[in-house]
Amino acid sequence: MTALLWIDHFLASIGRSVLALLASIGRIAVFAALAVSHLARLPFYAREFGQQLLQIGYFSLPVVGLTALFTGGALALQIYSGGARFNAEAVVPSVVAIAMVRELGPVLGGLMVAGRVSSSIAAELGTMRVTEQIDALTTLSTNPMKYLVVPRVLAATLAMPILAFIGDVIGIMGGFLVGTQRLQFNAATYINNTWDFLEFEDIFSGLVKAAVFGFIVALMGCYHGYHSGRGAQGVGRATTNAVVSASVLILASNYLLTELFFSS
Amino acid sequence: MTAAIELTDLHKAFGSNRVLRGVDLSIGKGESMVIIGGSGTGKSVALKCILGLIKPDAGTILVNGKDATAGDRDAFLAQFGMLFQGGALFDSLSVWQNVAFRLLRGADKLSKSDARDVAVEKLRRVGLKAEVADLFPAELSGGMQKRVGLARAIAAEPQIIFFDEPTTGLDPIMSGVINELVREIVVEMGVTAMTITHDMSSVRAIADKVAMIHEGVVQWTGPVGQMDDSGDPYLDQFINARAEGPIEAVR
Ligand SMILES: Nc1ncnc2c1ncn2[C@@H]1O[C@H](COP(=O)(O)OP(=O)(O)OP(=O)(O)O)[C@@H](O)[C@H]1O
Ligand SMILES: [Mg+2]
Repeated sequence: MTALLWIDHFLASIGRSVLALLASIGRIAVFAALAVSHLARLPFYAREFGQQLLQIGYFSLPVVGLTALFTGGALALQIYSGGARFNAEAVVPSVVAIAMVRELGPVLGGLMVAGRVSSSIAAELGTMRVTEQIDALTTLSTNPMKYLVVPRVLAATLAMPILAFIGDVIGIMGGFLVGTQRLQFNAATYINNTWDFLEFEDIFSGLVKAAVFGFIVALMGCYHGYHSGRGAQGVGRATTNAVVSASVLILASNYLLTELFFSS
Repeated sequence: MTAAIELTDLHKAFGSNRVLRGVDLSIGKGESMVIIGGSGTGKSVALKCILGLIKPDAGTILVNGKDATAGDRDAFLAQFGMLFQGGALFDSLSVWQNVAFRLLRGADKLSKSDARDVAVEKLRRVGLKAEVADLFPAELSGGMQKRVGLARAIAAEPQIIFFDEPTTGLDPIMSGVINELVREIVVEMGVTAMTITHDMSSVRAIADKVAMIHEGVVQWTGPVGQMDDSGDPYLDQFINARAEGPIEAVR
């Protein structure tokens, strides 16, 4: 009897969690639609947009660059040792380039930016919510969606492909350094091999992914910050939720986008 | 004459916490209404309901005879100035940019240097020197932040101003300056003011009328002159700061 009751409770709690998840997906979708609709309507706060471009784009360069550099290097070693099992060491340059550009540049870059930017946006907007600054904006006839959310989302969406592209180049360079210094590749051959096999679509699909990831990163930061609970605890929870949800959404949407590009 | 603000049967609950339980209140144009009441009785919530920052569960809010929830939000909000209880200054902007926030935006915005001049003038009116203008809110003391918030509330010369505890955290002299300023704004500029305060000397200095909120309703309202011999035991206990009386100390 008690076992049945326990199972009942267990199922009910699963049901509740699923409902809560669906509800929050719905709320996020509405928030995203609202943000995009405000993007299309004036006024546009150019100064705030510029500041965010600097904050999100420029200041993420070191993080993205270092991530790409080490990933490219490790990739070269891995592919070399894997390729050696069937005498295919020569694929190192092209596989490093393709993996970087199509997958690892945007995804790892996106995840690093999620850690850096989602959290800071959520903390900033959350603090503004808690200290009534968002209410104050409204009373000063400034729509917080336009003033706070649109500049951040737009800046991240535009900056992320550029970051990913720079990450691609640095990642390939990391592979090149390891390939020529550690694996005795000839520099000219390495570069030739990289170029010959890389197609425009590889780069393009990676940049589209990056734009989507940028959108997700800023959107999650804004959503969780904007709806932050009260007090320092509320802001802390908003920050965690922003990073976790941005990371999961990046990985999930990466699969869907890859499927899309792969099948076309 | 239509009242500037008319609240009828306003209700608001947060979960099981029933904060406003039928507030009726009328404030005439150019009148200075002071709201008093115990901590946590919903005074700030009532102001935020009028501004549309919190959605009331039931009841109507009329501003100049028009439904506050209908019509153009921007035009509606342009009539108001609000000093938040915690100041709510934008910490990414300097003091003068905070004060001039509304002046720097919108259809009839001022040039940067004009807006700055207005901001410095408003800062002077709340007893702050011009040097403060270029500091950031985090560099100010609590009382200074409060006064910057006050300067921001009055900067665009709105017709209705809400002051949520304007003198809390200020020294007695500054409190006096601020009380005088609020009075001046009401008398000289014909502004309608709604002030929340716990400071009885402020009440006497600022108010034309007083309303006391208790247990979610307006317990007593009337001209400030009748406050002392109202015969209302709740009001008497409150304004005479007595621990014994109908209002329980633990709420
Ligand atoms: N956003 C909110 N969410 C949940 N509860 C809230 C919210 N805002 C206010 N409350 C609750 O409403 C009640 C009234 O709060 P309010 O800030 O209006 O009090 P107050 O009368 O202004 O008190 P004080 O004089 O201390 O400022 C409190 O119990 C508070 O916890
Ligand atoms: Mg309050």
